[in-house]
Amino acid sequence: MSVLVAIPVLLPLGAAGLSMAFGRFADVQRWLGLLVLGVIVVDATVLLHIADTRAPLVLHLGGWAAPVGIALVADRLAALLLLVSVVVMFAVLLYSIGQRITDYGRGTSSTTFHPIYLVLCAGVSLAYLTGDLFNLFVAFEIMLAASYVLITRRTTANRVRAGMTYTIVSLSSSVLFLTLIGLVYSATGTVNLADLAAETEKLPRALSTALALLMVIVFGVKSAMVPLHFWLPDSYPNAPAPITAIFAALLTKVGIYAMIRTQILVFDRGPSWRLMLVLALATMLVGALGALAQNDLNRLLSFLLVSHIGFMLFGLGVYDVAGLTGVILYIVHHITVQAALFLVSGLVTRYTGTVALSRMGGLVRISPLVAVLFALPALSLAGVPPFSGFVAKLALLQSGVGVGTGWAYVAAAGAVLTSLLTLYAVARVWTRVFWGRTRLPEGDPDPTDELVVGTGDTSRAMVHATGMLVCVTVLVAVLAGPLAAVSERAAEDLISGEAYRTAVLEGGGIGG
Amino acid sequence: MSSVNLTMAIVLGGLYATGFYLLLQRSLMRVLLGIVILGHGANLLLQQAGGAPAGRPPMLGEAPVQSMSDPLPQAMALTAIVITFALTTFLLALAYRAWQLLGHDEVQDDVEDRRIRRLESELSEGEAAENEQELDSEATR
Repeated sequence: MSVLVAIPVLLPLGAAGLSMAFGRFADVQRWLGLLVLGVIVVDATVLLHIADTRAPLVLHLGGWAAPVGIALVADRLAALLLLVSVVVMFAVLLYSIGQRITDYGRGTSSTTFHPIYLVLCAGVSLAYLTGDLFNLFVAFEIMLAASYVLITRRTTANRVRAGMTYTIVSLSSSVLFLTLIGLVYSATGTVNLADLAAETEKLPRALSTALALLMVIVFGVKSAMVPLHFWLPDSYPNAPAPITAIFAALLTKVGIYAMIRTQILVFDRGPSWRLMLVLALATMLVGALGALAQNDLNRLLSFLLVSHIGFMLFGLGVYDVAGLTGVILYIVHHITVQAALFLVSGLVTRYTGTVALSRMGGLVRISPLVAVLFALPALSLAGVPPFSGFVAKLALLQSGVGVGTGWAYVAAAGAVLTSLLTLYAVARVWTRVFWGRTRLPEGDPDPTDELVVGTGDTSRAMVHATGMLVCVTVLVAVLAGPLAAVSERAAEDLISGEAYRTAVLEGGGIGG
Repeated sequence: MSSVNLTMAIVLGGLYATGFYLLLQRSLMRVLLGIVILGHGANLLLQQAGGAPAGRPPMLGEAPVQSMSDPLPQAMALTAIVITFALTTFLLALAYRAWQLLGHDEVQDDVEDRRIRRLESELSEGEAAENEQELDSEATR
């Protein structure tokens, strides 16, 4: 039974090697990728069902018991996020296969893309499922190493420049993470998350606070928290649309997930954490205001991504069951919506041949379908009812007001303001891109750069993949009731930490 | 809880300081060396996290438990070394490609950022239209 937990990590890694071996056979690579991701979707569904109805699944690798050995744990939170992430990865893979076939024909193979994409999947899965701090580091490195290659593939001067910033910032934060692990180990003598929870209580208050803050910095860089966000709007827009979509949807969310997991499970904290509320407020406002100044569609979406990281930090700062329920709902909503928006942006740039908003217009007459596909996730991002963003934002605001401290009110007010600014930003995109005089696609100024194609050719696979993701965002709103119930149970697990600890340390989980 | 001897503390501090100093430089090669030195510092710190080496290999039944070295930090440091090594290789390849494409190894600014910074002054001078074209040609896309 517990082997189910290892599948999302081991299967893509193995398949990546196989995919590399079949580099010359484009179709084999494509079907292999889709098949593997499909299997993981099914596996994640089963994991979520078992974790929700029975107990967390635990796999002790090599048979070594928890505090010493490596444990993979699938509790409600991990399984839920894994499921959403893999669904998005599946849709994005479909989109990028469609894009490849449209641009280069069916027979051409992109030897490196598929293996690296599968490695990225393994890294993301491991980050969700791992039960100790050092394997979290390994997961981040697997994920980031894959992302370095994806962001600098088909190198142009601009992509090398952006990739360099991204790589160096990520590597520096990884070194800091390693330092943190060293300090945690020398202070407590363990890196197992469940075990750490008991150990940090014995530490002097000052020391455990210092470790907690260092963790905020490390995961703050990964999740693009203001003031550590500067690398994101510079690097993400320079990658091709599907790659930006997958980065925006998953990499920052994994950072947030790691922050939630470590801060809540490991450290003992009083109600409502003021520092986190202030950081959340800054992140929301800086991101939203930054988005308003942009002329480049992808950069605008990247700034909105930064802004909405603030909402998740807000829920974490509130630090109670209601707040965490809001965060989990928000992560689920945001993973799907942000990926969908970047995929639509990829479709838009194919019709217009530019990423500059000032040179677009009248797209609604060329392709009404793209306009609809943009409108649904954009309204959801702004939190307009009845879309998924509204449900998640409402949960967060209720929790913020429920806490009732001064800073919680200020942050809640900031959240409302940010929602309005987001609405203004996407409305601006809408009027610039879809209304107005119709402009014909411009020729491609740099044919080696996949970012701007301007052919107007889109294949059914690309539109279907985007449509599928948009449907998922709508589905998140439709299923808001059961989803909120699962999120609430996951949040209760997080706050008490009891289920996680007994499952990992005392064999209370479903293992084997 | 374990303590570190003074020499080790000084070496660690030196490695981190040198690494961060190099990281802040303008030249890519120095940044890369900075990352490498920082990586060494972090690996040494991991080693130290296990406490002073007790000397005996960690094999059950070979020696009393108190005189065994802690194997976990060593395993972690080994993993970290392999990862740092792989990523350093990647960075070297990237730096080489930057050299090929750009002809120098300076870390460059983001053009779009500068563009937005200039936007305000341009608007006030009323020359927005002229400068827009100039900036468009400056931006690579």
